[in-house]
Amino acid sequence: MNTIVVGQLQRQFQDYIVSLYQQGYLDNQFTELRKLQDEGSPDFVAEVVSLFFDDCAKLINDMSTSLERPDHVDFKQVDSGVHQLKGSSSSVGARRVKSVCIAFKECCDVQNREGCLRCLQQVDYEYKMLKTKLQDLFNLEQQILQAGGTIPQVSMN
Amino acid sequence: MGMETESQFHVLAVDDSLFDRKMIERLLQKSSCQVTTVDSGSKALEFLGLRVDDEDPNVLSTSPHIHQEVEINLIITDYCMPGMTGYDLLKKVKESAAFKSIPVVIMSSENVPARISRCLEEGAEEFFLKPVKLADLTKLKPHMMKTKLKKESEKPAKEEESEISKPGIEEEEAVIEILPLHQELESEQLETMVSSSSNKRKAMEEVISTDRSRPKYNDITTSV
Repeated sequence: MNTIVVGQLQRQFQDYIVSLYQQGYLDNQFTELRKLQDEGSPDFVAEVVSLFFDDCAKLINDMSTSLERPDHVDFKQVDSGVHQLKGSSSSVGARRVKSVCIAFKECCDVQNREGCLRCLQQVDYEYKMLKTKLQDLFNLEQQILQAGGTIPQVSMN
Repeated sequence: MGMETESQFHVLAVDDSLFDRKMIERLLQKSSCQVTTVDSGSKALEFLGLRVDDEDPNVLSTSPHIHQEVEINLIITDYCMPGMTGYDLLKKVKESAAFKSIPVVIMSSENVPARISRCLEEGAEEFFLKPVKLADLTKLKPHMMKTKLKKESEKPAKEEESEISKPGIEEEEAVIEILPLHQELESEQLETMVSSSSNKRKAMEEVISTDRSRPKYNDITTSV
């Protein structure tokens, strides 16, 4: 094991994940999620995150359909979708996605179709952005493991 | 039937969301619990061995065909589910002679005080706000321990417990007093509110914590 390489990768990982927290992509709940990963469930975070992104895609698609016709919007369906999205983004620590969901819910409550459409677009953007960021993070993890190192536990205060 | 093969607790987790089921399952496993997850209240009842009468949903009977092989030490359920809500499930469990002693915990992503107090009134041991954290699950052990102890020695204290939990007026007063959420109150305020009541409720001061979820008031009888 090349300890220098591992050390560099670990620092890179640490810096990257800290930046994700600082830029508001992730919050403390993501830390909680990482606590649940161990030797018995080494891919837990990646699995859960993947489930979350699949959920995002599906829910966004369904809500898009509901919002499509200006004269016939199913706000109940949209509300249900936002509720689910807010819940799972909260559980995963996807802070920006969750923020958009809060605004989204407000638009839905007052049946503001235009507002909903804007929020829908934003939530789509945010989840995709987070997906790329986390993919980069997981890639770094893999590199560390392949180099024979261990993944640092980063605690954010 | 002999003792459980392990001293591990077995939890039945109920949630209609696959994502949430995966989360709660991992949380429970990480807390050294065995977990069974189901996606609805009716499946939970089926698993327990309760048959819901199709004609009259208010009639519950223990299915003669399903012998409950697995001992469940706790049920943790989401509140918002299509069909049977977590609250409905809670009621059905508490109304069943066979399973009312199983502690039930409710989870919800929404912080609605009226909802929380209604669940606690109906017999829920705890109410967890989602996202549930590992630290929240440490609150479950005492509740699960109680059921094990009860099973090992069927104490007459059990009858006493049900007497204490039933008096009408006192029950209402207790609920009103502990209604505000702990995160909004200092613990001193809580103690002041409680201290003006009877002895039984004075004992509650010890069990009330300033966390989001809290034990139900009739926990106090365990000391007997």
